[in-house]
Amino acid sequence: MPDSAAMLDVAGLRKSFGDIEVLKGIDLALQAQELVFVIGPSGSGKSTFLRCCNLLEQPSEGSIRVDSVELLDPRTDINKMRQRIGMVFQSFNLYPHMNAAGNIMLALRKVLGKSKAEAREIAESCLARVGLAEKAEAYPNELSGGQQQRVAIARAMALEPKIMLFDEPTSALDPELVGSVLTVMRELREAGMTMMVVSHEMRFARDAADRVVFMDDGLIVEQGTPDQIFGAPQQERTRAFLTNFQA
Amino acid sequence: MNGLDIFLDAFFNPAVTAKYLPDILRGMVVTVQVALAVVVTGISLGLALAALRSFRLPGVNLLIVFFVDIFRALPPLIVILLVYFGLPNVGISLPSFAVLWVVLSLVLAAFAEEIFWSGILAIRKGQWEAARSTGLNFAQTLAHVVLPQAVRMTVPPLTNRTIAITKNTALGAVIGVPEILMQAQTAQSFSGNATPLLLGSLAYIALFVPVVILGRWLETRFAWGRA
Ligand SMILES: Nc1ncnc2c1ncn2[C@@H]1O[C@H](COP(=O)(O)OP(=O)(O)OP(=O)(O)O)[C@@H](O)[C@H]1O
Ligand SMILES: [Mg+2]
Repeated sequence: MPDSAAMLDVAGLRKSFGDIEVLKGIDLALQAQELVFVIGPSGSGKSTFLRCCNLLEQPSEGSIRVDSVELLDPRTDINKMRQRIGMVFQSFNLYPHMNAAGNIMLALRKVLGKSKAEAREIAESCLARVGLAEKAEAYPNELSGGQQQRVAIARAMALEPKIMLFDEPTSALDPELVGSVLTVMRELREAGMTMMVVSHEMRFARDAADRVVFMDDGLIVEQGTPDQIFGAPQQERTRAFLTNFQA
Repeated sequence: MNGLDIFLDAFFNPAVTAKYLPDILRGMVVTVQVALAVVVTGISLGLALAALRSFRLPGVNLLIVFFVDIFRALPPLIVILLVYFGLPNVGISLPSFAVLWVVLSLVLAAFAEEIFWSGILAIRKGQWEAARSTGLNFAQTLAHVVLPQAVRMTVPPLTNRTIAITKNTALGAVIGVPEILMQAQTAQSFSGNATPLLLGSLAYIALFVPVVILGRWLETRFAWGRA
């Protein structure tokens, strides 16, 4: 039964690469304004799951509804839906030939058809929101990793998505730069953004997540509030995984 | 006359220089015209083919690869001769300037396509994914994200290849395009003196050394720290 109130509703999601089945039937719904953390061992399928949610990977089977629109319906205009699904990557993936403002303006202009002045204004206000008002003219190679990731978040945010997907947004950062990115994510959450975050930042998960989902071997093994998952995990596999992270 | 005088008379004859320099200068103008036309059409066509190839349409890609391989394999001279002397037999006769322009453009397009294509392949997948995830379609991503980076990356090899191919404008001499070499050869046979050939060499140097320098400048201009 599709959950009509959910912002993201995934049901029976399967994905194979050749003969290898990487997602073996994922069911997960995110309510509006919910922050869901996805954790699990390397190779468990977290990135593949996230990338299926905006069809960067084509699922083999199942249903993915974003804001009640079925992405796997061939009549769905995926480019239109992707405006509503922001994505932030581990490796930032800023466009190196454009400055920070240009990175944000590209989709505003080409996808939403905004004028240059309008796009510029939005870019500047998004940069201000991530604490980089001064860096509009800076090129990616002139920014620290933390600053690049914040520009990437601003780029996704600028389209006013309904949901944002984060794939290990702080894993490529030096430890002293992680905080600035987490601060921006926390502010996004407070502003009411629906978010699904794959990350190993367990402390952040504890204070910010509504729900933590533990994945292993292409399946959701266990889910619950941070207190349940970190304090009293029910499954042996969850416990084994978490012993590596207790700090 | 001693040895030095003989040498100077053969290569630096003032009377011959005065008489034929205007022809050589006219040849330079023609060479520049052909070269510019070849650079513009060759590189544009090469870029268009590389962009088309990235859509990976099965039949189309086969044709592009076929065209590219043929034109990279054949010596340009044989294509020029074939077109200039062969096509009239089937009722198509093109002016020599046009033949030189079209053939060299096709050769440059073939090499440029390969260079641009390798540039496109070198762009990391994350660039495509970032752009697509914001709702840009394939063609928009190619045009605004991938090609600008690919083109910058390919400036050095492309400059070298472009210089090498535009020098082939000298092949126009065999079909009567009045470019530098043709003028120099004609003057040499009328005067019985090698001075015009030396003038021709100087004309090529005057034209191409600035291009080589420009190429080096472009290389530094477009080399930027990749994030
Ligand atoms: N394009 C692909 N082709 C083939 N196999 C793939 C591809 N992408 C991922 N896989 C495989 O799918 C499995 C799950 O990968 P995925 O990247 O989703 O894991 P993950 O949970 O994100 O791991 P990590 O924590 O290391 O990022 C892995 O075994 C991986 O090798
Ligand atoms: Mg991953």
